[in-house]
Amino acid sequence: MKTKVAVIGAGISGASIARVLSRYENLEVHLIEKAPDVGWGVSKANTALIHGGYDDDPDKYPTRAKLCIRGNRLWHRWVKELQIAHVWNGALIVALKDEDFDELERLLERGRRNGVPEMRIVEGDELFHLEPGLTREAIGALWVPIVGQIAPIPAVIALVENAVANGVKTHLETEVRGIKVENGEVKGVKTNNGFIEADVIINAAGLYADEIARMAGIDYFEIHPRKGEYWIFDDDVPGPRRVLFPTPTPVSKGIVVTTEVSGHLMIGPNAQDLPPEEKDNLATTKEGLEGVWEGAKKLWPQLPPRSKVIRTFAGLRPEPTGGDFIIKAEEEVWGFINVAGIRSPGLTSAPAIAYEVAEMIQRDLGIKLVAKSNWNPYRREITHFFMLPPEKANELVKKNPAYGKIVCRCNSVSEGDILEAIERMKFIGVKTPSVDSVKFRTKATTGTCQGSFCRPRIVQLLAKEYGVEPWKVTLKGRGSEIGIGDVKALLRGDEA
Amino acid sequence: MMKPFPEVPMLSYDVVVIGGGPAGMASAIKAKELGLKVLLLDENDYLGGILPQCIHPGFGIHYFKEELTGPEFASRLAKRLVELGVEYRTSARVLEIRNYSDLEKFVLFTSPAGIYGVWAKAIIYAAGARERHAFEIGIVGDRVSGIYTAGEAQTLMDIYGVLPGKGIVIVGSGDVGLIMARRFSLEGAKVKAVIELMPYPGGLARNVMILRDFNIPLYLSHKVVEVRGKGRVERVKVVKVDKNLKEIPGSEFWIEADTLVISAGLVPAVKKLKKIGVEIDPATAGPVVNDRLETSVPGIFVAGNSLVINDLVDYVAEQGELAAEGAKEFIENSGTESRKWIKVERGENVRLVVPHYLSGERDVYLYLRVLKPMEDVELRIPEIGKRLKLLVVKPAEMIRLKLKAEEIRNAEKLTVEVTGA
Repeated sequence: MKTKVAVIGAGISGASIARVLSRYENLEVHLIEKAPDVGWGVSKANTALIHGGYDDDPDKYPTRAKLCIRGNRLWHRWVKELQIAHVWNGALIVALKDEDFDELERLLERGRRNGVPEMRIVEGDELFHLEPGLTREAIGALWVPIVGQIAPIPAVIALVENAVANGVKTHLETEVRGIKVENGEVKGVKTNNGFIEADVIINAAGLYADEIARMAGIDYFEIHPRKGEYWIFDDDVPGPRRVLFPTPTPVSKGIVVTTEVSGHLMIGPNAQDLPPEEKDNLATTKEGLEGVWEGAKKLWPQLPPRSKVIRTFAGLRPEPTGGDFIIKAEEEVWGFINVAGIRSPGLTSAPAIAYEVAEMIQRDLGIKLVAKSNWNPYRREITHFFMLPPEKANELVKKNPAYGKIVCRCNSVSEGDILEAIERMKFIGVKTPSVDSVKFRTKATTGTCQGSFCRPRIVQLLAKEYGVEPWKVTLKGRGSEIGIGDVKALLRGDEA
Repeated sequence: MMKPFPEVPMLSYDVVVIGGGPAGMASAIKAKELGLKVLLLDENDYLGGILPQCIHPGFGIHYFKEELTGPEFASRLAKRLVELGVEYRTSARVLEIRNYSDLEKFVLFTSPAGIYGVWAKAIIYAAGARERHAFEIGIVGDRVSGIYTAGEAQTLMDIYGVLPGKGIVIVGSGDVGLIMARRFSLEGAKVKAVIELMPYPGGLARNVMILRDFNIPLYLSHKVVEVRGKGRVERVKVVKVDKNLKEIPGSEFWIEADTLVISAGLVPAVKKLKKIGVEIDPATAGPVVNDRLETSVPGIFVAGNSLVINDLVDYVAEQGELAAEGAKEFIENSGTESRKWIKVERGENVRLVVPHYLSGERDVYLYLRVLKPMEDVELRIPEIGKRLKLLVVKPAEMIRLKLKAEEIRNAEKLTVEVTGA
């Protein structure tokens, strides 16, 4: 008899856990997600950094301190196994005032305690050699070479694809409505799509982890949303070579200036605490964005004119009571494991969190895990026309002409790329066709024009492949349909 | 000859025209008529550029001497192109342009038939423009469905047959925005407001009439600053601005709408030209050109909205022809002759003017826009004593001025100004 495991939440934590658990023969893993696709919650909008592990105080936040550095090391392997876009370009934590040096010294010390390798303080010529565009006001920096960046939603997608290939079953657009507990043991998950039996439930529900925990009768923590806003610029705007941080404050790591993995200058985030009921407030604000702009200018004075902005966005971090990750097999409800409050450095820590959970299943629940002999650690990334040399692209076009046809002109995304993305959406069980699902897999619509040329064409491809009318294709799930009907719908009076 | 990509099949032409809209088609037709071996490349599945989705009339009054719809204008050019046997490829997207020497240009393009390299002696770049989007104009709030550029809304309606929404707010009173206001109204949607940042409408007079015809409120000196909604646009926040375009605190109000259409202007799509060092005029955001529409890189010509944002397709086609004549001369003379150019400069109340350099050897059209609307003015070029009385000038309406070679031949430079009479 296999042990049934329900993982609630297909974000970076849930997806990592599903992948790690997919290697065991005696587990039947169900990954449950209320959104139409994976990675659309907290994992979607963040700074996309693989942190160095120097920032988390091991006395105050022991779990974060332990898992961040471990996660960083694991990502170095995972990005290769799963073909996730990444760059290991290192970070500079920049001092602008003499007092900042004291903080850098503290970070250096803390980093050493946490086991972060190769850190040191750099000054003068070396600093500007590492980052020629850095503000000339900089008087020194902590150099952390192991810091990197990945594409966070593509990472979640890669993990889930790999998990599904290894037997994990996904349940998308499935909202958890209750947890069945009998005699102090979990029995399963009640959802809008019926009951899912489970012997072990892993609560990786991000912003909603407190609500899910309460369904199991566990009520010792609360998650409150902390909003961060960002600007992203066109790819012809010069950005830094390294990830640039200001010297941190007790509240946050500060406003980062970076060139993200796709080559766009990105600045952000600020940190605005929202009341617990605003877990869906992803609105950007003028005041917030202006604050980010001013903050970023301190490190990167040559910010471009506003006409070079291609997008502004906001994300929410799930801030837990106490500030540390809550990763725990709950004693009073046997089989219920909380993976809650996975705020920064959650993306970094995710692989380590997943191994931690596997260990808890063995150690705390006493379930001996039996490794599969045929577990496949590898996953192939979809074709990206823009990454192919012309000779290689031509071989592909000969087999399938769709690869020669560009749909997204800004990022040179081909029709073939998009059709592959749609196949992969279906592979992991995406039921509602959304432009965003294609966007996160292909980069279509993320360039200079933000999709005004190619979005209608992507809608048409999605409509055809999913067998629906084009106006029923959504931007990001139900309620965000592209149109209200065919062009004569209102005149006929049969408006949708 | 070099082989930049040894495995890629190579083609060879006198001139490659990039873009199959009105500028590109007119240009390819002219080049063929002048005896050049020409290849036209367009990334869409069909020729015509943006015209096939412009199903309204108002095209061709100057160029064809009759009023046509967009698709009609495009099909006339396409028909002529096919009759002449101009070689063209659709679904063909240019990936890269390289400039090896004056007469050695290289274009790499992809298409369903494969990736090809093309050698050409000259390139005519007519790739049009792109629309400014909501993020670029600083709109904040929720990133939800129901926000479209005017062109995207037009594509959805008139190419794909999709009605985007039923309660519409339009940002910008330029031609495209006004035409979409009419288009939505005709399909039974309610256009709740057109919001214009400037204190005057941005479109041609004939299009501003649409607002009266369909009883659509126009808010001048206002801007949309925020969108809110879950999944779909539910309401948009509008604020009044002062003379300096600064938001006036306390003037905010919300309009309920399910659709926000952004018609906030066009930007020449010239990234690939910038990459090869073509000089850009900040006033037009397009290349700096001479009176044959040749850019600062010899042998690279530009026409249509990639040169300067036009309001009449007729001028676009005219620029296409001119660029083809330039390419012909360039190839015949094996390059651009060095000469002393007459520089054209922007004077009072002139926002932009092209071309930027004149040879003085031929008649030329200047295309210019004013900074602000004025009445009873004079367009002057003091250096040559040129004066032209104009009843009304508006930023929305491009002024086209013919100068004869003999008028300008001896000038050092020309300053174009529009001032009170």
